[in-house]
Amino acid sequence: MNIMKILMTLFLFSFIASVQAEGLMMARTKQNFPEAMLKLQETIRSFNYEVSRVQRIDIGLTKSGYATDKYRIVFFGTEKEIALISEKYPHLIPFVPWKIAIFAEQEDTLLISADPMQFADKKHPAADKILLKWKKDIGKFMNILRKSE
Amino acid sequence: MTLSAKNHLLFSLILIFSSPLLSAKPDGEQLYTTHCSACHGADGHGGVGVPLALPDFQYGVTNDYLKKSIRLGRPGRIMPAFTQLKDDEVNAIVKYIRSWAPGKPFKYSNKKINGNVAHGKQLYQKNCASCHGSKGEGGKGTGVTFSRPRDLPIIAPALNNPGFLSSAPDLMIKTVLMNGREGTPMLSYLKLGLSEKDIDDVVSYVRSFENNIVATKSNEKLEPIISYESPNSLEKTVESIERAAIGKNFRIIRKQYLNQGLVKAGQENKKQVMIYFCNFNLLNRALAIDPRIGLFLPCRITALEKDGKVLVMASNPLYMSRLFNNEKLTKLCQEMYDVYSDIVEESTF
Ligand code: HEC
Ligand code: HEC
Repeated sequence: MNIMKILMTLFLFSFIASVQAEGLMMARTKQNFPEAMLKLQETIRSFNYEVSRVQRIDIGLTKSGYATDKYRIVFFGTEKEIALISEKYPHLIPFVPWKIAIFAEQEDTLLISADPMQFADKKHPAADKILLKWKKDIGKFMNILRKSE
Repeated sequence: MTLSAKNHLLFSLILIFSSPLLSAKPDGEQLYTTHCSACHGADGHGGVGVPLALPDFQYGVTNDYLKKSIRLGRPGRIMPAFTQLKDDEVNAIVKYIRSWAPGKPFKYSNKKINGNVAHGKQLYQKNCASCHGSKGEGGKGTGVTFSRPRDLPIIAPALNNPGFLSSAPDLMIKTVLMNGREGTPMLSYLKLGLSEKDIDDVVSYVRSFENNIVATKSNEKLEPIISYESPNSLEKTVESIERAAIGKNFRIIRKQYLNQGLVKAGQENKKQVMIYFCNFNLLNRALAIDPRIGLFLPCRITALEKDGKVLVMASNPLYMSRLFNNEKLTKLCQEMYDVYSDIVEESTF
């Protein structure tokens, strides 16, 4: 059954390639800021996460006299995952809830998030599973936003 | 299972698992959208990255320059090195970028220009350093000024960058200086009064930056977090974090429980407190260097009680700074690291 072996290797290969950490994950959408902001939150919720908070970076800056375009941070997570991390993987606490920065660039909007997999650690496979899920979901959010017009 | 059903299954499996490997031709537009458009704009008008669609750029650079730039990136200047892409994928991206070209690009030989480096240095300091930096390190920030006001509509790229120097032949650099790039702050130095000989001297000086390239920072292992144990109660620890932050000229902008917003109101874990603080001057400076840094601001320190201990934790800004491939952020992140360490130490004293 050589072909099965080849298939497995291919599958493993594509799996490994897809879980390599890539530093920052970024996407540009042609949607303007208010639309992209709505779409992002709607998308996050449709993947069964809660948006725990939206931090308005721009407001503080403008109030202090600095000019900036619209800039927000969207925090999201699930009750279960954050409980598991608090309980068993406290080294991840400073990074949760996970977040996506979203800011306007003229008519477009940019999204930035850190790749969760860079905190993967073979010693904690259960935590890695969560990190991988986040990475994949963030990748999906970004693809959805890229394709939204 | 009959043999043919088995074959059928196998065949579908092959299709599913290998489709990305077998697909006949990589789609340049799609690859560009995934890997480049966030920084260079959907149609190459620029953003965090410089514009790629301008006619003078398209005429003035070779496909080889584009390919090498993609492969090598700009170490320390935000643009990542795309080592994971396959050759035909890089070619497809270049082909797509060329779809914006107004005509055929110039061709250059790799002929070396032997100008007078010392004279070139003088001319460089007088004419170029104000934008490209006295060591060729590039302007403050990068790319096009969209999300905030900055010094110039397009920030001058780094000329001392190994990614740039390895991609650009002397004659290409010369062409930029002779013609300028219309629609950008980069003007024609022939029109500004330099002779062709002067320009050759400047090119040789720019080339000499190659001798000063320092290997990028070591792979010294950094911990992702800063964490200390506090001898005091959680409440007292939170108070001293706030006091320490204010003492360092930060403003407390928010205090909340870790799982607030993820659980029903009233059911939060009160033993885990996040303290957010900010200094808007610092934030503004950081965003001018790299608009993406907002992802790690405002600053946050978390205090929590776990197994009878009170812990104070923060993400390590030096670890985070590595994600950005931006040398100028590293200095700022060192500043942030000192602030975090001081606050964490002070509050756990
Ligand atoms: C007013 C600011 C300014 C001055 C002065 C200036 N440049 Fe530039 N230069 C720029 C900008 C902005 C760009 C990017 C243009 C673009 O987007 O294509 C650029 C592009 C270049 C490039 C192409 C780099 C690349 O990555 O494609 C070279 C080479 C260059 N400049 C060299 C010089 C030299 C040498 C001088 C002095 C003789 C000089 N420049 C003076 C702003 C300036
Ligand atoms: C994270 C942001 C980012 C991404 C992603 C990125 N770039 Fe860049 N790129 C930059 C920046 C910033 C510069 C200018 C560096 C400087 O200022 O010194 C640059 C420079 C370049 C240059 C040299 C331009 C010139 O004027 O000579 C080329 C070519 C280029 N990028 C192509 C690409 C392509 C193609 C991709 C996708 C495969 C890509 N970049 C992805 C940020 C990025």
